[in-house]
Amino acid sequence: METLLAPLEYAFFQKGLLVAALSGALLGFIGVYIVLRGMSYIGHGLSHSIFGGFAAVQLFAAQFYFLGAALWGIASALAINGVTRRTRIGADAAIGVITTASFALGVALFARFGTSGPAFENALFGSILGITTAQILALVAVSIVAVVFVVARYRALLFATFDPEVAEVSGVRVGRLEALFMVVLSLAILATLTVIGVTLVAAMLVIPAVVARMLTDSFARMLVLSTVIGTGCGVVGMYLSYFAGVPSGTMIVLTGAACFVVVLALTGGRGLRRSAGLDAHPAAVA
Amino acid sequence: MTGTGVGPELLRLSGVSAAYGHHEVLTGIDFHIHEDQFTGIVGPSGSGKTTLLRILLGIVRPTTGTLERADGLRISYVPQLETINWNFPVTVAECVLMSRAQGRWTPRPTREERDAVAGVLDRLGIGSLAQRHIRDLSGGQQQRMFFARALLRQPQVLLLDEPTSGVDVSTRHDMLHLLAELHEDGIAIVLTTHDLNGMAAHLPHLVCLNHRVVGEGTPADVLTPDVLEATFGARMEVLEHLGMRVVIDEARDASSRSAG
Repeated sequence: METLLAPLEYAFFQKGLLVAALSGALLGFIGVYIVLRGMSYIGHGLSHSIFGGFAAVQLFAAQFYFLGAALWGIASALAINGVTRRTRIGADAAIGVITTASFALGVALFARFGTSGPAFENALFGSILGITTAQILALVAVSIVAVVFVVARYRALLFATFDPEVAEVSGVRVGRLEALFMVVLSLAILATLTVIGVTLVAAMLVIPAVVARMLTDSFARMLVLSTVIGTGCGVVGMYLSYFAGVPSGTMIVLTGAACFVVVLALTGGRGLRRSAGLDAHPAAVA
Repeated sequence: MTGTGVGPELLRLSGVSAAYGHHEVLTGIDFHIHEDQFTGIVGPSGSGKTTLLRILLGIVRPTTGTLERADGLRISYVPQLETINWNFPVTVAECVLMSRAQGRWTPRPTREERDAVAGVLDRLGIGSLAQRHIRDLSGGQQQRMFFARALLRQPQVLLLDEPTSGVDVSTRHDMLHLLAELHEDGIAIVLTTHDLNGMAAHLPHLVCLNHRVVGEGTPADVLTPDVLEATFGARMEVLEHLGMRVVIDEARDASSRSAG
């Protein structure tokens, strides 16, 4: 117990633990929709895209990097949403081009001009060092926005996730709902970027939700379980990161992966059957 | 069973064409749905049946022509079973309740909504399955669940895409009876099918489609060798059995004779 309490004597660890727990919870919560819509690749692409904005804004206004990157992220999210709904070329190819180009831009800007905000490696892999009160407040605010959005639009989101075409016919404005969801997703990625890291955020959007899906056949329980699992991975991963002396994002994701393996072993065929078809989402028939 | 449509008009397509890219799927379609209509749209795969439904639903915009709807028209849609991820984590009752998503700001259903879901499931004979996961239903039960979801909206028009695709003979009979009942209750019904004997021959009104309307009328009017050849691109023989049309696919018949 003393070993667990010892790191809490440090203010940076207290902040880090809080942010990691909140980040895990937020990504786990939103991740349910990502996984059930087969959007894992969009989450992955969006996090990389936001990195470009993160780097670019620091050149002009480092103190407003969160706001600038948020605008960049929202623009990317809406572009990706538009591409997936309307493009004639493959959505995965289009997303690949848009987001990797943005990521490459971020790397180039960091390499050429350096940074006056969070360090390059920290942005990529996460770090518990230097977390500010403003970042914590931003994460709390985004979490509240995400919860209010999901609770208020629970039924519409469920319908649009399960069967978007019939949802549209039944009066749900699916396009607007998906655009709003992408905005919330981009804000969530940005708010958790400091602790989890750009390259690993996508994993935390997917792992808790997949593990939760293996444990339950209920959508509502899946939302709760995924949030709890995400929180647990954040807390455990943060401790492991502290003791192992490695970036926080890596240990949070590895904790999630270990959780996946344990649940897979415990649920066996039933868990696999439940999680089967997560990449199969409703498609229009011409 | 009537179905030719003489009541007030609910939907009208005028001179509608549709295309995916440069590939034109529908050309010059004039089609209307009346209050008492019960119509089957028949045609081969790729003939534009689903696209026509999607235009009626407002999902696909025609490249030319117009779609007019009666004010405040309530339309429900039953999609093909194959388009759904049946592993999605919802129960039958939750799936049916989705119809009440528009404008609802609370996740939990009200007592009135729970009663309405139970009522419609009971009517369709699957009330005991309300708490089952949707994956655990048979094809016929899945179809009934979608009917329940559609009916919960109390539609004036019910559009169905291949409702008997992939279901057994007994389920197909049940579907036909159920659709006839709904039609008797005053719901206009339009469905697509490529099942000529199992489905189309039993309907009161047919539209034969192959990118354009090839023929329209009762089964006796359109289930003829000439119209079927123009629709499906293959010669078919048509027999009369107990007052109903029976279509014989000559190619299939020839291949079964040579195999025998």
